[in-house]
Amino acid sequence: MTDVTASGVPGAITTSDGVPLKVSLARATRRQRMQALLLVMPLLLFLLVAFVLPIGEMLFRSIYSPIGPNVLPNFSKVIHEWDGEDLPPEAVFEVFVKDMTKAKESNEIGKTIGNLATRVNYEIPGSRGLFTKSARKVKNITEGPYKEALIALDKRWENQHIWRTLQRISSNYTASFYLAATDRKYNEDNEIVRADPLYQIYLPILGKTLWLSALITFICLLIAYPVSYLLATLPLRTSNLLMIMVLLPFWTSLLVRTTAWIAMLQTEGIVNNILVFTRVISEESRIQMIYNQTGTIVAMVHILLPFMILPLYSVMKTIPPYYMRAARSLGATGTYSFIKVYFPQTIPGIAAGTLLVFILAIGYYITPALVGGSDGLLISNLIADHIKKTLNWSLGSALGAILLAIVLIFYWIYNKLVGVDNLKFG
Amino acid sequence: MTALDKLPAPGYIAYVVACIVAYLFTGTLVATIGIALIIGLPLFFMSELPPYATWLEKFGQYIFLLICTMIFIFLITPVLIIMPLSFNSEPYFSFTQGMMSLDPAAFSTRWYQDIFLFGMNDPNRTEGWWSDVWNNATWVKAAANSFKFAVLATILATFFGTLAALGLSRPEMPWRSAITSLLISPMIVPLVITATGMFFFYAKKDTFPFFPRGLINEDIGIVLAHATLGVPFVIITVTATLTGFDNSLIRASKSLGANGWTTFRRVIMPLIMPGMISGALFAFITSLDEVVAVIFLADVHQVTIPRQMFSGIREQISPTILAVATVLVLISIGLLTTLELLRRRSERLRGLSPG
Repeated sequence: MTDVTASGVPGAITTSDGVPLKVSLARATRRQRMQALLLVMPLLLFLLVAFVLPIGEMLFRSIYSPIGPNVLPNFSKVIHEWDGEDLPPEAVFEVFVKDMTKAKESNEIGKTIGNLATRVNYEIPGSRGLFTKSARKVKNITEGPYKEALIALDKRWENQHIWRTLQRISSNYTASFYLAATDRKYNEDNEIVRADPLYQIYLPILGKTLWLSALITFICLLIAYPVSYLLATLPLRTSNLLMIMVLLPFWTSLLVRTTAWIAMLQTEGIVNNILVFTRVISEESRIQMIYNQTGTIVAMVHILLPFMILPLYSVMKTIPPYYMRAARSLGATGTYSFIKVYFPQTIPGIAAGTLLVFILAIGYYITPALVGGSDGLLISNLIADHIKKTLNWSLGSALGAILLAIVLIFYWIYNKLVGVDNLKFG
Repeated sequence: MTALDKLPAPGYIAYVVACIVAYLFTGTLVATIGIALIIGLPLFFMSELPPYATWLEKFGQYIFLLICTMIFIFLITPVLIIMPLSFNSEPYFSFTQGMMSLDPAAFSTRWYQDIFLFGMNDPNRTEGWWSDVWNNATWVKAAANSFKFAVLATILATFFGTLAALGLSRPEMPWRSAITSLLISPMIVPLVITATGMFFFYAKKDTFPFFPRGLINEDIGIVLAHATLGVPFVIITVTATLTGFDNSLIRASKSLGANGWTTFRRVIMPLIMPGMISGALFAFITSLDEVVAVIFLADVHQVTIPRQMFSGIREQISPTILAVATVLVLISIGLLTTLELLRRRSERLRGLSPG
């Protein structure tokens, strides 16, 4: 290269130390890119440990359930060879009985008969007793034929369903929690079917969560639109003053606002008192507005409203007022010029606000837990219950994964339509 | 000119008629005055409409302003109503007859005293009263924990967040939108999911250096969780102050012989300071208000203010919660004021129009 430069061929401009400009520029840009990345790297690593890996762990737990192989290690290896017809062969029964006998001795968490019974009970409700009862007596079976001996112990061992279920859970990885989370199960013939209507809880709650979130988003939009318009059109001094009324609730603790709504909406609360005082309703007909869906909706609309007002306001502020005046001067009526001129320009703000409010509403936990009663609960409350109360962690994780997928889809849409860089507060 | 003059003559009559109807319907003067105020308030915001504006348009504007007034009342009432309620002398969440007639006996500060007394070993002792408060009073311990977590989480979030925002605002940053989406996502992902993931991951034994038993029930676990949740706010606010940042300032500083650190300290830092502080305030308030991660990750002794409120609302609802809530609202007002002052300063610094 230096030869070329020396010979003075045009087009190969070099820097003072003889490196071609193109190479030098590429080097400099690469260094700058590395510098920029280096600045972001600490936070990326931090979030990897504190946020990404934990969520990965949750996703992993939703398909990973090693209880079968842990409790019945040898049985899990041989049961795969069974073709699912009739009952497993005698040899499998022998391994099963020996594994059960051994497992009875175990006290290690995750390796006891109790764990196995719980795991199978998720698949076949009511089967728990079969395992705990058989485990007590299985040590008496010391010689073959194991099949007859086990069936003599309990008739239910004759049931193919039990063995097919055991075959299914003998693998470390399972999709059965996703089936459960979508109200599906395996029937006696090993086919995937809808659960009995009585046990269908998750899809209806998920549907209700989506529906309530959509409703809350819509109410927020209805309320936020006029207020944002007012804020955007008033003189700056007045609008800054009114903006405080929007920002103060935004900055106030979520729990404080939820508490305040309990004080407002309860039967002896302020709203009911005012209604009685102004004789809109009588003393006896006080309305139950809290600890049900109404409470959840009102409190959540109040809490999420700033997330709708702020993006709408920032878009409306950029719309020049003379567009409307021009439309009017061209003969359009007030309504017509609003629909044709003003409204289309606010659509970016509407998109940003609705998506943000909807995304936040889907995952809400605190407010429904406190003011939702029993019919105002959302999917997040079910997840929390599975993690903290019933301890069915895998099912909770599967539900979480489904919720996460829904949220990420909307987040992706938000990114495409609005751009995450346009997120602002105040 | 009074506000009423802005109304057209029929509106003027309509207003008076509406007030009379309200009186006839409710039968009480107080309620009538309230209604008259609410429907009269929009009049003060009615702008001068052009002379060609029709009667219908004036009425339309009035209705619009009336709706806006209602919405503002909806927004602000819950926040303000807890303040007078917290001075109730009865253990109710509602105004008593005495409070309505402004009877001094109906008001008391007992719930504010209860913030200190609740959980104390012996509230009647004279010696070592304050140390008893500090060591045993539930709310005081909760406040101490809350502030400890919030301060530590804020420091972490602000440090990492500011660095990352500096990188993200560089024009040559690769994969900018993907990385930004990832860094903002703690704000988007439902808290229950984040908390569940952390609950599983932080419970891992022999994974974290210095913490062989995992990070569950440890302060560090909560601090990490809260810092994660605060990061998006710092990124958003600092990036906002960096938009429109004049990169020639950096070149000017370098050409004057300053090294990278001096440039950062003397040129970049003062400009992004308002963004950093408001981001830090956001992170602080997020942590101070966070309860889901605490419920999932903390043991029974790591009580924070929101957690105590959460269990208080669920179990024995007492006006002490209202007193605490009032204090929290006052803190919010303080933070909001600080933030507004910072915003103005930032706009002045960047040469934007003063707010």
